[in-house]
Amino acid sequence: MNIFVVMKRTFDTEEKVEIKDGRVDEEGAEFVINPYDEYAIEEAIVLKEANDGEVTVVTVGDEEAEKELRTALAMGADKAVLLDTEDLDDEVDHYTISEMLAAYFKNQEFDIILGGNVAVDDGAGQVAPRLAELLDINQLTTITKLDIDGTKATVERDVEGDVEVVETELPLLVTCQQGLNEPRYPSLPGIMKAKKKPLETLDLDDLDLDEDELEAKTKTVDRFLPPEKQAGKKLDGEPAEQVEELIKLLRTEAKVI
Amino acid sequence: MSKNVLVLAEAKDGELRNVSFEVVAAGKKIAGEGSVKALLVGESVASFSEQLIQQGADEVLVAEHSDLKTYTTDAYKQVLLQVIESESPDALLIPHTSSGKDLAPRLAAKLSSGLVSDVVDIEEVGEEVIFTRPIYSGKAFEKKSVSSGLVFATVRPNNIPALEVDSSRSGETKDVSVDLKDLRTVIKDIVKKTSGKVDLAEAKVIVAGGRGVKSADGFKPLEELADILGGAVGASRGACDAEYCDYSLQIGQTGKVVTPELYIAVGISGAIQHLAGMSNSKVIVAINKDEEAPIFDVADYGLVGDLFDILPILTEEFKKVKAGA
Repeated sequence: MNIFVVMKRTFDTEEKVEIKDGRVDEEGAEFVINPYDEYAIEEAIVLKEANDGEVTVVTVGDEEAEKELRTALAMGADKAVLLDTEDLDDEVDHYTISEMLAAYFKNQEFDIILGGNVAVDDGAGQVAPRLAELLDINQLTTITKLDIDGTKATVERDVEGDVEVVETELPLLVTCQQGLNEPRYPSLPGIMKAKKKPLETLDLDDLDLDEDELEAKTKTVDRFLPPEKQAGKKLDGEPAEQVEELIKLLRTEAKVI
Repeated sequence: MSKNVLVLAEAKDGELRNVSFEVVAAGKKIAGEGSVKALLVGESVASFSEQLIQQGADEVLVAEHSDLKTYTTDAYKQVLLQVIESESPDALLIPHTSSGKDLAPRLAAKLSSGLVSDVVDIEEVGEEVIFTRPIYSGKAFEKKSVSSGLVFATVRPNNIPALEVDSSRSGETKDVSVDLKDLRTVIKDIVKKTSGKVDLAEAKVIVAGGRGVKSADGFKPLEELADILGGAVGASRGACDAEYCDYSLQIGQTGKVVTPELYIAVGISGAIQHLAGMSNSKVIVAINKDEEAPIFDVADYGLVGDLFDILPILTEEFKKVKAGA
């Protein structure tokens, strides 16, 4: 079975976000594998263990992303591929990224592609469905259970709290939702092995792509922080007194009830 | 300026979701002298047409088919592509809901179009439509535009106010014949866990619990309070990890990002990831026995004390308020 994971290097969710010169300041920030992509990597490894085959993790970015690719290899993926954006302009968007991924996948044989349902930095969740469309394969998003039997996939999806049970055929792209599994931590032997596993870097030439074809379709005109929330009032007294005061404030001051 | 705007309305459990009216209102903002057409997709949805017109749609298109009863990517994509082909809209707005998130990027890829996801505000600067959207789950925001071609965005529920109902408005309703083929997803079952409950993304009031709630049973008083307020129950990651409740209730940077009118955080300490998911709520109330909990830094009103003492009293008092006392 040929199993692929598309993943993204993101800001650690512990990080505070600062804006500097219209950009998110990355100076000194910790980076991690996007938490939703960790579910995808874990599920890919589970699939490999059950069905035999190979797990390849793919990301789009610069050489900094090699660290997160190595982490995925340490978790148990077999191969890693970095699609290098070095030749591109500053502004890349979901169009750019998905076109690069599609160019890569057009030369691969794949049964299933897994990804996170959203990246915690940008929060758009566009790349995976775009990729499925470009490859003309079916997609199932926000999955919480995956069973594969031959070429048949039975999947549970989280649809705003309800569970949808669906069937479809491979090849398939899925995006992973919390609750699917519990991602493993890389083991020490895993980390040692990862150093020797193949990590391939492909640039635009390798993908037979031209910079002009990849120009972003959207542009960002501003980035800013929300107004800082001021700590409000702590109410005094016994529970009953606090509640009475709260109700009064919600009615007269906040006017929400 | 004038643009012809197509918006996708969404029905759930036999009712139009409120976000349908919000995308119509959003469409109005960019239409100028142009028109807003609303598209209804489903098995039997034509009866919603009137409501959409009364809340701002100039025309309603109805695509009905037995294979459209429940959303699937292939079927809805085919409907949208057929309607886009025949209507050639200048702008397309889709709700940023479970189905909208699944559908919009696929359409954008098919149309080689830009797409701005999860929009909370829209403004016009000259001829350009500028969308505001949260990044890092609301720790920051960005303003984006689509560089050329179709102006395409998904709109987050609960942010762009719907227009007032105007029962004097009239407009045409047109049936769209749809041709569906090669549907690859077969729906076997839908397990309703949220029947009769308010959806978190659209809730005006959210009562959320954290580790301080201590058990699955501990969520019962929160549910009672949410019921009284017509709201939804949410949770912190801590509460979900401890299996007090389902992950579908999780609010935060992993989980849902919510912006209700009133957010009541109960026994939630306020980790930065949780704050990212709720701190843009209009009014925040925190109940926690730890006076130093970071949740108090973002709360408009803080109640320091044992949640199990406070909640029952709060629920009783809200009952009186709702009864008009």
